[in-house]
Amino acid sequence: MNGPDLLNEHVGVLKSRMGTFYPGSHVIYRGQNLHEDLKDMDWLALYLFGITGRRFSQAQLRLMSAIWSYTSYPDVRLWNNRVAALAGSTRSTGTLGMAAALAVSEASIYGGPPMLRAVEFFSRCRAQLAQGESLDNCIREELAKHRNIGGYGRPLVNSDERIQPLLILAAELSLDNGAFLKLAIDVEDKLLHGRWRMRMNYAALVAALGLDLGLNSQELYLFVFPVFLAGMPPGYIEAGSRPEGTLYPLPCDHILYDGQAERTWPKSKSNRGL
Amino acid sequence: MSNDDNPHVVRSAIWREDAEPDNPFAARAAYCRGYDVYGDMLGQARWVEMLYLLFMPEPPTAVQTELLESLALALANPGPREASVHAAMCGGVCGSTAASSLMAALAVGAGQLGGAREVYTAATAWANCGTNLAAWQEWLANTGELPGGIWPAPEHPPGFDPHGLSTATPVKQTLACLAGYGAGPSLPWLQHHLPDIEAAAGRPLSLSGVAAAALADLGFNPEQSEMLYLLLRLPGAAAHALEQRPLGYKKFPFGSVELENSSEAQSA
Repeated sequence: MNGPDLLNEHVGVLKSRMGTFYPGSHVIYRGQNLHEDLKDMDWLALYLFGITGRRFSQAQLRLMSAIWSYTSYPDVRLWNNRVAALAGSTRSTGTLGMAAALAVSEASIYGGPPMLRAVEFFSRCRAQLAQGESLDNCIREELAKHRNIGGYGRPLVNSDERIQPLLILAAELSLDNGAFLKLAIDVEDKLLHGRWRMRMNYAALVAALGLDLGLNSQELYLFVFPVFLAGMPPGYIEAGSRPEGTLYPLPCDHILYDGQAERTWPKSKSNRGL
Repeated sequence: MSNDDNPHVVRSAIWREDAEPDNPFAARAAYCRGYDVYGDMLGQARWVEMLYLLFMPEPPTAVQTELLESLALALANPGPREASVHAAMCGGVCGSTAASSLMAALAVGAGQLGGAREVYTAATAWANCGTNLAAWQEWLANTGELPGGIWPAPEHPPGFDPHGLSTATPVKQTLACLAGYGAGPSLPWLQHHLPDIEAAAGRPLSLSGVAAAALADLGFNPEQSEMLYLLLRLPGAAAHALEQRPLGYKKFPFGSVELENSSEAQSA
């Protein structure tokens, strides 16, 4: 069925395997009663259950919680955090500030997109290695195609302070034995000892650990969505407590203009081209 | 320290400001691409001319101005059945903030079904295929192979209506009107080859497809086209969100859910 018939089939009714709420009675969440079957689940476990339909062990949840915590930086210089803080400085609402800052976190140089590129690279790389391809060739192919490798190198500095704490925690939780983590470290080793000098950054580590936890790319993408969230409210709060408009004010001469010289707006359209 | 070495400056080829003598944070004059916005343009230039000038190094010609104005009118209100407007109304009916209604419209209207990403992809096709029918036919045959990343894989040829049976009248009216300006080659060519293009796509043309052609004729690149499409569709979302506000959620369709594969298979 397609065209208007397909749309007609769906007017006003949603057939769902995910759930619904019965006002005043109960809520079904992925087939479970939210306030009975899932009442003891903490929020992270529920969030992951919503994304994957699966339940994770305490050790796995601890690792995933740390993935969020370890990259929650209350530094408003970071571009996404600055959006939240600017909302505080302009006396906008906290929710608008946080929501916009989370949307901005979906960037090409940080956040989910580089992680997804790392997921794609690791998955393809493993398949190629299984067919006898060398890791050197996988890396060269990726660099030839994209000029960089998602999850390696970093915009501000090459080293990443989040790597060691997360690796130590993964080891403590015995969650550091996965094949993707080994691959991620092997790739870093090749990149460091080759002429590229690129270190693994957080995106590659999260991608590898997530793949080893059995998350697919879409599940990982949705899981990391709030990854910077806890770093945002402090900036919003602090900017709101300062005099309004004092977060990075720019004097007029701080616009470094390199465009057209001053000119007069044409008085009549006939001067401009017909 | 000269401003060239100052790490705190914002670089721009679009905008320059002169400070008031008594306050470096207040502008005495602001120049857009060299034109004095408040001293010279205001009262003379039209809004769409300013819009164009913000994205382009030179002002639009008279024909480009007319085309952009008509495109803006055609896109101004996608109507309350459209998903992005529906999203904005969800904010309106429950008294959410004004900005959240617009953010909802932007987020939902950003996608690949009638949204800005669809326009981006279609605009990329205009940049690559131009007015070469064979190139379009090849591109339309391979649209499923576009890269994924954060965007879900496209499920229909960008610029075409996946659920349509024939070209909707407003789409034909918009195409005819916009092509009539003769501002560039894309719109007239699209109008002339519409049956061939629709046959290649296996779908009727949608308004997003007309918009992509118009934006190409105006000289905008795919990134600019995506931004402008997001901007130009906001007025309707704003108006419908406000219209719903006093009506409230009780007069807004709530829909119903039927659970599948569950012991709770009753209708909510």
